[in-house]
Amino acid sequence: MCGIVGLLVKNPALRDQLGALMVPMLVGMTERGPDSAGLAVYTEPVSDHHHKLSLYSGEHAVDWPELLREIAAAFAHAHEISVQGNHAVLVSSADPDLLVAWLGRHAPMIAVLSVGQSIDLYKDVGAPADIAERYRFKALRGSHLVGHTRMATESAVTPAHAHPFTAGRDFCLVHNGSLSNPHLVRKRLEPLGIEFETDNDTEAACRFFEWRLREGDDLKTAVQRGFSELDGFFTFLMGTDRELLIVRDAFACKPAVVAETDDYVAIASEFRSLAHLPQISDAILFEPKPEEIYSWRI
Amino acid sequence: MANLRPVPKTREFDLSRDSLRDLNLFLHKHAVDAGVAQIEVRNPAGAHSIACGLDAHFDVQIHGHVGYYVAGMNKHAAVTVHGNAGPGAAENMMSGRVHIRGFASTAAGASAHGGLLVIDGDASLRCGISLKGADIVVGGSVGSFSAFMAQAGRIVICGDAEDALGDSLYEAVIYVRGKVRSLGADARFESMTDTDRAAVKSLLAQSGLAHDPAEFKRVASAKSLYHWHADANQEY
Amino acid sequence: MDEPDRIAQRLALEESAGYDRATIDYIQRAAAHGLYEIRGLGAKRRVPHFDDLLFLAASLSRYPLEGYRERCATKTLLGTRFASRPIELAIPITVAGMSFGALSARVKDALGRAATEVGTSTTTGDGGMTTEERASSKTLVYQCLPSRYGFDPDDVRRADAIEIVIGQGAKPGGGGMLLGQKVNPRVARMRTLPEGVDQRSASRHPDWTGPDDLVIKIKELREITDWEKPIYVKVGATRVFNDVKLAVHAGADVIVVDGMQGGTAATQTVFIEHVGIPTLAALRQAVDALDDLNMRGTVQLVISGGIRSGADVAKALAMGADAVAIGQGVLVALGCNSDSYIAGGEHVSAREDYARLGTAPGFCHHCHTGKCPVGVTTQDPALELRLDPAVGARRLKNYLKTVNMELTTIARACGKQDVHHLEKEDLVALTVEAAAMAGVPLAGTSWIPGQST
Repeated sequence: MCGIVGLLVKNPALRDQLGALMVPMLVGMTERGPDSAGLAVYTEPVSDHHHKLSLYSGEHAVDWPELLREIAAAFAHAHEISVQGNHAVLVSSADPDLLVAWLGRHAPMIAVLSVGQSIDLYKDVGAPADIAERYRFKALRGSHLVGHTRMATESAVTPAHAHPFTAGRDFCLVHNGSLSNPHLVRKRLEPLGIEFETDNDTEAACRFFEWRLREGDDLKTAVQRGFSELDGFFTFLMGTDRELLIVRDAFACKPAVVAETDDYVAIASEFRSLAHLPQISDAILFEPKPEEIYSWRI
Repeated sequence: MANLRPVPKTREFDLSRDSLRDLNLFLHKHAVDAGVAQIEVRNPAGAHSIACGLDAHFDVQIHGHVGYYVAGMNKHAAVTVHGNAGPGAAENMMSGRVHIRGFASTAAGASAHGGLLVIDGDASLRCGISLKGADIVVGGSVGSFSAFMAQAGRIVICGDAEDALGDSLYEAVIYVRGKVRSLGADARFESMTDTDRAAVKSLLAQSGLAHDPAEFKRVASAKSLYHWHADANQEY
Repeated sequence: MDEPDRIAQRLALEESAGYDRATIDYIQRAAAHGLYEIRGLGAKRRVPHFDDLLFLAASLSRYPLEGYRERCATKTLLGTRFASRPIELAIPITVAGMSFGALSARVKDALGRAATEVGTSTTTGDGGMTTEERASSKTLVYQCLPSRYGFDPDDVRRADAIEIVIGQGAKPGGGGMLLGQKVNPRVARMRTLPEGVDQRSASRHPDWTGPDDLVIKIKELREITDWEKPIYVKVGATRVFNDVKLAVHAGADVIVVDGMQGGTAATQTVFIEHVGIPTLAALRQAVDALDDLNMRGTVQLVISGGIRSGADVAKALAMGADAVAIGQGVLVALGCNSDSYIAGGEHVSAREDYARLGTAPGFCHHCHTGKCPVGVTTQDPALELRLDPAVGARRLKNYLKTVNMELTTIARACGKQDVHHLEKEDLVALTVEAAAMAGVPLAGTSWIPGQST
C-alpha cells in the first residue's frame, strides 16, 4: 500500500542536489501512496557527543524558541533548533534518551521522529507533492535518503503511521508489502523492553532489525535473520548513517527498480520515479532479486 | 506502378506532451479509420498500460522504458518496447507479437492465450504464469516460479531458470538452455524429440536468436497432480 | 427394563460434546482418505445473520405508504464514480457471479433471461463468458479472477461492467476448484485445460499483489474499456474495514463484499466453515469504511452471502448496502435441493439420484460432484437437460419478483418512497451478538454493544 524511494549520491558534489533529485521521485509515487509521505535524509553528522532529534508537532502550535529555553533550563548543555513550521531539528549535546524522556513529560504534543547524528526525518499527512513543498524537500542536502508514500487504512491518517519508521540511532526503514506475523514479532520484542508506538507491521520489522543491530549483527546479518522471523510480503528499504540497503522477500511480489551510475544509486517501486534522473539512459537498471541483499555505502 | 498499396500512415505520440489516454483512445477508436498502422511512442518514462487492449494489426514502437501492463490483452498488434518493461508485459495477450528489447519484470506474459512474447534480456519471477497458449521466448534468464500453473503454450529460456520452474504445470512445455536451480512440484525433465527441436528452432528464428536447439532441455508436467489421490502424498 | 438399567443405558450412550458423532465421522473419514473434504454451497453452521434483526416500521411517529398503491422506487445505479456508462438496474437485487463450469450453460442462460426480464444483472464466473449468457443477459458483469480462465479482451469489450475478484466469502484467501467430473470438453476448452482434470484455481492474481498494484490494474482495465465501464472489486469478508478502504483508494466504482455464508461450487469444508466473517458483520464494517472516507453514494456497495428473502434485502439496504447479490438463493429457486425436477411440465422425483449421492433433498451440497440431481450444478449431458432454461428463467423471475415485492412491502411500511431510503435506525437486533455486529440497538433498548452512548 505504498511507494518507496531511495537515493544515495556517490559523487560528493551532488550532495547539494540530493533533495532536488529526490522530489520528482517521491511525487512519482503518489498513485501508490496518496495519503501521507515521509522522508529520512542523512546529512553531515553533527559533531561528536551531539545528537539531533527530528521533532514534529502536527496540528499543535508550538512556541519553539520557548521550548528551547525550557530545554536549556532543564539540561545544562548546548542546544540549537532549526524550525520549519510544525517541524524542528534539535541539536544537543545532552543525552538523547533523557531529552526524549523529558519531551514526553513536558511536551507530549511533540512527536520525536528520529534520533541520531546524521538522520533528519520528516513525515506528514497529505499528497506527497504538498509535503515536499511544505518542508522544502528540494533544498535538502545530504548523502542519502529513504522516502515513502502511503495509502492509508486508518480512520485518522496520522504521521505516526507514516513511514519511515525509526528505531535506535540513525536507523530507518520503509516497507512495501504486508507482513503476516507482525504481532508475534512484537510479542517477542516487548518482553526485551522494546516499546512500540503503533500497531503497524512495518514498525515490527523496524524494531526487529534495530534490535539485531544493537545485539551486534551487521545490517546484512540482521536482514538474513529476518527471512525466517518475518513472514509475509515485503520490499524493505533501510538506511543507516553509512548505508542504504534494499531486500525483497522470496516471492518478490512487491516491485523495486534500481538505477545505478557512477554518480548515484536510485531506487523506487517503479521506473516512473526514476525516469527524470540525470544520465538515466546510461544507468545500469535492474530489479533486486528475491532474498538477495543489496547495499551501498557512502 | 511501384506503389499500388497505400503506404501506412505513421502517427507519433510523445508522452511528455500527449496523455496516455489520448494514445490509447486513438489506438482503440480512431487509428483504423484514420488509416494509421504505424505508431511511434516517445518518452514513455515508465508509464503503465501503454498500448493495452489493442485489437488491430498495428505496429507500435515504444522508445524507452515502460511500466506495468504494456500491450496488456493485445490482439493482432505488434508492439516493440525499446527498453525495459514493468510487471505484466503482454499479460493475457490473445494474438500478435510483443517484443521487449530490454528486460521484463515479474509476470511477463501472464495468462497469455496466444501470440508471441519475445524478451531479449532477462525476465523476472513468474514469467509465463498461468500461460494459456501463447509462446514466450526469453533471451536471458527467468526468475523463480516461472511457468507456474502454465496450462498451454511454449516457453523458451535461452539462459538459466531460478527456483520452482514449472510448478503445477498443465500442458505447457518449457525449453531451457541453461541451468535450472530447481523444478517445481510436478515438473520434470523429458527428452527432446525432433518435434521439440523443430519447435525451438522455429521460435528462436522468429525471435532473432541464434542458439542451437540441441542445447535445450524439455520440461513438462509429470501430470501427477491432475487428479486427487488419497494416500498419494501429493503436494498441494 | 428397570429404571436403573434405563439410566445405565442412557449414561452409556452419552454423546461427547467435543467428540460428537460429526467429529468422529470427520476424523474417521480423514483417516480413511488422507484428503480433506471438498463440498459445495456455503457455511452450514449458524452465525448471527439478518434473521437476528427486525424492522421498526411506521406507526404514530412515522407514517406508512399504502402497500399496494403508493409508489416505492427500486431503481439502482451502480458505477457512478468514474465510469461513463454506469449500470442502471430496475431492482437492487442482482445475480451473483457463478461460473460456467460450476453451472451448466443452460443454467447460465436461464439466469440471464430471468435477470433481463426483471431488469437486473448477472455475473460471469471463473471460466469465462458463454455466448448464451451474453445473449440472454442484458446487463452482464464480467469477472476478472486470479486464474483468468477463459479471460478474453473481446469479452471485456462485450461486458457491461468488470468485476475484479480478490476473494469469495466461502473461501477468502483461497482459490477455487473444479473437480474432473465437471471439466467436460466445452469447459476444458474454455479454460484451456485437459478434459477431466481436477482443476485448482490460483489464490492470487498473476500480475498484481496488493492495493498499490491494484490501482494500476484498475487503470489498465479502464484504459482498455476507454473509461466507459464500471469496475467492481469483490472481496471475501475478512478484514473488511481495511479492505474496503483500500479498494476505494485503488479506484473501484463498486465494491462487492461477500460474507462467509456465501456459496461455492467446490471448496474445502474447513475453509467454508472456518474462514471469513458473517455477512452481517462484514456489511457493517464495509459501510463504516465508506462513511469514514465520506464515499457513501460515490462508491456503491453490493453485499452478498446468505441473502435469501426480501427481508434480508431490506435489512441489507437499511444497513447501507446499495444492492445485494444472490447466488445460492438463485440456485434454490432453480430447483437446488428440491425433491423433483420439471420435465414436460411434470414434476419428476429426483430422490433416488440424491440417494445415490448419499444425500437427500434439503441436505445436498454435492455441487462439486457434477451429479446435481436437478440439473443445476452439472456438466453431465443427461443431467443438465433436467433444467429447462425457460422453466428455470420463469422460476427465477418469480423468485426475484417476490423478493423485490417483499422488499418494497417493508420499505413502504417504514414510510419510504424509495427502498434506498431505508436506514440503519429502522432496525433493532434480537440478540446481543447481532446488535454488536450490525451496530444497531438491542430491541427495546438503546444499547449497542461495544459503543458508548
